[in-house]
Amino acid sequence: MAALQLKSAKFRQEREHDWSRLSGLLEKVETRGARSLTDEQLLAIPVLYRSALSSLSVARATSLDQSLIEYLEGLCARAYFLVYGTRPWIAQRLAHFFTTGWSQAVKSIWKETLAAALITLFAVLLAYVLVSQNPDLYFSFVSPDLSQGRDPTASYKSLHDGLYDGGPADHLGPFAASLFQHNAQISLFCFALGFAFCVPTAMLLIQNGAMLGAMLAVFAAKGLGWNFAGWIMIHGVTELYAIILAGGAGFKIGLAVAFPGDRTRLDAASEAGRACGGAMAGVVLMLLIAGIIEGFGRQLITSDVARYAIGIGSGVLWLSYFYLPRPRKGLANVRL
Amino acid sequence: MSAYDVTARSEAALRRSLITPEGIDLNLRIGDAGQRIGAFVIDWVLQMVCIGLFLVAVGWTLGAMGGKNDGHIWIIGFLGFFILSNGWFVGFELSPRAATIGKRIMGLRVAARDGGRLTAEAVVARNIMREIEFAAPVKFMIIAAASGGSDGLTMLFMGIWTGIFLFFPLFNKDRLRAGDLIAGTWVVRTPKRSLLPDLSDNHASGQFKFTDLQLSAYGIKELHVLEQVLRTRDRKTMVAVAARIRRKIDWTPEEHESDEQFLQAYYAGLRARLEQRMLFGHRRKDKFDTA
Repeated sequence: MAALQLKSAKFRQEREHDWSRLSGLLEKVETRGARSLTDEQLLAIPVLYRSALSSLSVARATSLDQSLIEYLEGLCARAYFLVYGTRPWIAQRLAHFFTTGWSQAVKSIWKETLAAALITLFAVLLAYVLVSQNPDLYFSFVSPDLSQGRDPTASYKSLHDGLYDGGPADHLGPFAASLFQHNAQISLFCFALGFAFCVPTAMLLIQNGAMLGAMLAVFAAKGLGWNFAGWIMIHGVTELYAIILAGGAGFKIGLAVAFPGDRTRLDAASEAGRACGGAMAGVVLMLLIAGIIEGFGRQLITSDVARYAIGIGSGVLWLSYFYLPRPRKGLANVRL
Repeated sequence: MSAYDVTARSEAALRRSLITPEGIDLNLRIGDAGQRIGAFVIDWVLQMVCIGLFLVAVGWTLGAMGGKNDGHIWIIGFLGFFILSNGWFVGFELSPRAATIGKRIMGLRVAARDGGRLTAEAVVARNIMREIEFAAPVKFMIIAAASGGSDGLTMLFMGIWTGIFLFFPLFNKDRLRAGDLIAGTWVVRTPKRSLLPDLSDNHASGQFKFTDLQLSAYGIKELHVLEQVLRTRDRKTMVAVAARIRRKIDWTPEEHESDEQFLQAYYAGLRARLEQRMLFGHRRKDKFDTA
């Protein structure tokens, strides 16, 4: 009955083989990754993709077989995402993230970071002054489960021991880990709530800074201010910096929503969000590092000099890692 | 308006044009609310099961160690919990399929709205937003309900909060979640489809001879409905459709003529005619189109 065959059916018959070949290759990449293909297969994909695209446009013009057009649309979309959406290997992307991506993302929000840092500093000073004058205010800044007995009613001895012994050793792990959880939550919130015109982010930063200022005031009143600073610095520099960066990222989004310029608010927000995504991945990493230092280092290193050295050292390291200019490499145009 | 029109219209509302660099519109279909909810429920349940198993394992280890020197187990527990609860979506969406298990099952994937590549930054940003959209308020409500120490007002507030974000995709045409807004992404459907057999390729159609007048009773829309009927192969519908077509084109059935064969033959004939006219530049939309 060949004479009765439609032109569109013949067209389909001639190309069906290529389509199913492309579909098979896509299937293979999707389930087992691009590494499972031979070089020849890998090179065939773009060619097959383009021929499928041209089949689609011919089919739209000449065929009324709806299922065929739907099939081709699906096939072309899948191939499109593979051809134009593929990214470098994960190892290469990680390398790029650590060599340039991370610091670029952090550098791009330096103004917002500075604002977040100033707000935090302001909150620390404010809470410090307020609690120094009226210790009762301490309880409105610090929640009892985080202070764990470090409050104005504590004696010099218990505060001092808290800084240098830290109580039973197996109590530390859970405390450090729950602090990490708490800080991670604050940073994620700082970023995620930024879209509400920066307000929630600023409030979170103030709350976090005030907590620190209030604790500092309690210790300073007993003459332990410097010791406390050293104790918290060992991990706090990394941790606080991470929270400030998250705040900066949140501000960036909030500012983009509030002042989108000549773009739409939606476009401005997504541009800012994407620019900060790398910085936020870094923030989580920094918090993990801070958590590790905290869990193992804080109570083991009891000398004030060592504590200050580690605290200041980590600050210098982060700052130079992020802000020092670095030579451009060939990888500069690889996107994450 | 027939049922076909309603589905066709809602289907068209979900189509978005994406022009490839080769200049062809891929006519992407975004994931509808049902698919999104389905995918999220699957992911959430799987994630909860994983977290639950992990916590049970940690708790069991802690119990076995009897509370001595178990600091590092606590740390592993907290970090593992953090990674499982925040890394689940990011990890899966960074894979070449750009989809979590739930999305894969529903035939969905995440894509950049501008048609470019989906960057890791976008994936991280869209998933951090989950924390305020769903994870944190729900965690809060579960803990509050379990400890019994919360007032109704706070719970109500938290409920409304999550509700706003959960139903957010329903109130914009691209079905964007708050995270999609921030990250410039959307969720599109790229299901694996198999190529169905061509209905015009059948050998029985030779015995039916339709006149040109009979073949010009219908247009493209009716052809597509007929295609659906033939692919679904519901006997009752086929009987009804065949009867209607026969009446419309004045067809006197021969003896032992099966409805399916008649429909297949008419489909092939109608498609041949419409496609031929299409080549000459006449695209007959439906039966009312007389141009």
